[in-house]
Amino acid sequence: MTAWKTDTPMEVLTLGLQGEVFALEATHVREILDLVPITGVPNSQPFIGGLINVRGKVVPLADLCLKFGMELQPPTIDTRIVVTEVMIDGDPVIVGIRADKVYEITQVAASALEETPRIGMRWRPEYIRCIAKRGPEFIVVLDLERIFSRGDARDDAAGSSQRTAA
Amino acid sequence: MSALDPSEIFRQEAQELLEQLEQALLDLEHTPDDADLINSAFRALHTVKGSGAMFGYDAVAAFTHHVETAFDLVRKGSVEPSRALIAVALAAKDHMRLLIETPDLAEAADGVAILQTLKQIVGDPSAPTAPDDAALQDTADADAAAEIPTTWRIRFRLGREAMAMGTNPLLLLDELRGLGMATVVARAESVPPLEELAPTDCHLAWDVVLTTSRPRTAIEEVFMCVIDDMELSIDAITMTGEGNRIGEILVDRGDVAQHAVDAAVAAQMPLGTLLVKSGDVSPDTLASALAEQQHVRAGAGLGAGAASGAKAPAKGADSIRVPAERLDELMDRVGELVIVQSRLSQVAASSNDVEVKAIAEEIERLAHELRDTTMGVRTVPIGSLFGRFRRLVHDLAHELGKRIELVTVGEETELDKTVIERLNDPLIHLIRNAIDHGLETPEGRKSAGKPAAGCITLTACHAGAEVMVSISDDGRGLDRARIQARAEDQDLIPAGAKLSDAELFQLIFQPGFSTAKEVTSLSGRGVGMDVVKRAIEGLRGKIDIASTPGEGTRLTLRLPLTLAIIDGLLVRVGTGRYALPLSAVEECVELSPEEDARSRGRSFLNIRGDLVPFLRLRELFQVSEPPDRYQKAVIVSFGGRRVGLVVDQVIGNHQTVIKSLSKLHADVETFAGATILGDGAVALILDIANLVKLGMAYEGRFKAAS
Repeated sequence: MTAWKTDTPMEVLTLGLQGEVFALEATHVREILDLVPITGVPNSQPFIGGLINVRGKVVPLADLCLKFGMELQPPTIDTRIVVTEVMIDGDPVIVGIRADKVYEITQVAASALEETPRIGMRWRPEYIRCIAKRGPEFIVVLDLERIFSRGDARDDAAGSSQRTAA
Repeated sequence: MSALDPSEIFRQEAQELLEQLEQALLDLEHTPDDADLINSAFRALHTVKGSGAMFGYDAVAAFTHHVETAFDLVRKGSVEPSRALIAVALAAKDHMRLLIETPDLAEAADGVAILQTLKQIVGDPSAPTAPDDAALQDTADADAAAEIPTTWRIRFRLGREAMAMGTNPLLLLDELRGLGMATVVARAESVPPLEELAPTDCHLAWDVVLTTSRPRTAIEEVFMCVIDDMELSIDAITMTGEGNRIGEILVDRGDVAQHAVDAAVAAQMPLGTLLVKSGDVSPDTLASALAEQQHVRAGAGLGAGAASGAKAPAKGADSIRVPAERLDELMDRVGELVIVQSRLSQVAASSNDVEVKAIAEEIERLAHELRDTTMGVRTVPIGSLFGRFRRLVHDLAHELGKRIELVTVGEETELDKTVIERLNDPLIHLIRNAIDHGLETPEGRKSAGKPAAGCITLTACHAGAEVMVSISDDGRGLDRARIQARAEDQDLIPAGAKLSDAELFQLIFQPGFSTAKEVTSLSGRGVGMDVVKRAIEGLRGKIDIASTPGEGTRLTLRLPLTLAIIDGLLVRVGTGRYALPLSAVEECVELSPEEDARSRGRSFLNIRGDLVPFLRLRELFQVSEPPDRYQKAVIVSFGGRRVGLVVDQVIGNHQTVIKSLSKLHADVETFAGATILGDGAVALILDIANLVKLGMAYEGRFKAAS
């Protein structure tokens, strides 16, 4: 997996999914919204099963939980939608990401970034950009482009156990 | 929509192409090895040449041809895109712009100099030779002479009985105005006192100052019928730098002698007044001379020295090119406005304030008008585009000695104007290709047992979420073997690869791919198809090719319906709301609980004696909530068949602004897009054709399971 190569610190947005702390590169993030009414898309892949209205634009809503083999939880008062812009097959696409909680935007020094370990992970390593150390905690920085890339978007987290071994 | 002047279309198109060329050349200076840039420059030149010849800009086409030839050598790698070459190409580009925009200012000698420099750099033997230059010069001169406007002074007095003889002086004046910018002054000094006036006699004389690019004979023609019986003088007015002085004008016109003017000038008073006072000039004569002075000054001011200036400003206001994104933004804003307005109407309806209600109604009216206007700006019937190709086909048929019939179907299909404009170039390329490569010569056709006249068919229709535009010919069809061989030559596919028809035919969209054996003025250089592909992809469309050897080729452009607004019917299934195109809806009927229960095994409705199958959207969409007690069936027609869609509730009409779904939902075929409802929620738009397909697959599974 690609590690963070430059010396500049990385700006990330940290968010919670089912108690785990994940991070997105801040350059992807456009805005953070309170939960809005979601329109379900029948027969779509469950992980992008909704549409929302972001100021007159129809934007797909993704539940990353389903990509990481977690259960879908009912929304709480903390639930937010992080609107991101991701390059999918060479074109920028606006995607909303449902988060159980959004914490903060923070900087992580380049020295605190590490490559994704090959073992010791429940999740598919190609979805993970790198691991950031922050104090005693580890934060998983997600690779949104890989998560949404069309080849990968098809299969679900089902194959994760075999993939970690490979 | 008013038909656009074809040469104006060409000028607009050429302007864009020349800009593209300039960008490519400038970028090429930094990265001389970039094949994409060279291709881009070459394509721009190729299109300018082709379109120029088509719209009668022969000087442009002749000039561009040499530059294109030079760049063809660059493209093939036999000439380096050196700095010197780029510099001369830029000069050539400027010259092309001059030739197109102000042909009368373009110096033919400049063009020849540019081409000679080009020839030296490229070392191409086919660059122009001396007689070629002379011809170029001649045509340029002839064009220039015809184009330079002259200002004429026309003074005429009709015979006394002219009106009694049936001449209408007003019509004569209108004809003069039709020739160019005219200032008309009537001179009434010879009108007799009232008691002596014979009402049927013509007492007036007219002075007309006319600026026109037409020759003197055109002016004389106006007076042809009455010339025997009138006084007429036509003189050219020479322009001086800042407009002529009034004294000079009067003397020049022979209205006053030079010595009278000199005397007046010596008296240091407004000259005209003085001359009138002294009785040398009548007030009418002076008014006429003053009008001429103004006319000439106005002409000189507008043109800023350029002779053709007088008519240029009027042309510019005819049409404006607006980037497509701006229209998209405008449409988005209008869509939002309509949504907010419907909320306002809801609030106003529940309020008791009469004033608020009145305002809400006013805004509703304005919002609807704005929406209609915006849509009117954007959609035009595709017939306006098809119409442009008649001439193209006619000319090509003539040029190639083929007999061709052009058939157009579905001209009334409405498409976004921006889409239509962007379809123009690709369709020109495709039609040219079909005629040049596809159709055989009349002899060839006869020996193949076909009618001598080939047939090109242009078809447009709405199909589900897409608009299909297809070009088909009944020619020889694509040559599989030759495409394969050529692709192997160019290393596009491994030798001996087995490809399906669809895969193989897609290869013709590769840049530089041409199977034509000879380069003609029309095609064969291998540009065109990749331009077409790029243009269609730019519209997020696809191209399908079907071809049967000996029977013809059919290219279908499938364009998404993203930019349109449709009248929709809003329905509810479970908690989800869906819109479907109202044009497809025939009627809504109630599905009684008994019928519902009875139809578990057979999903047919009895609509006035006709059997209509139906689909339960609840099942297709896997809705878990319990169904409403009184379900409704919306009967839609599709492809000549009728199908009922069972929903929980029919909500009503909805103006549906179609927003396309993102790439992430590209695999969900049952929806043509999404729209935003009055309360801000998103509703999906049903794609009826695909829905029925899914329904059949679903039923198939159901049958297999039972």
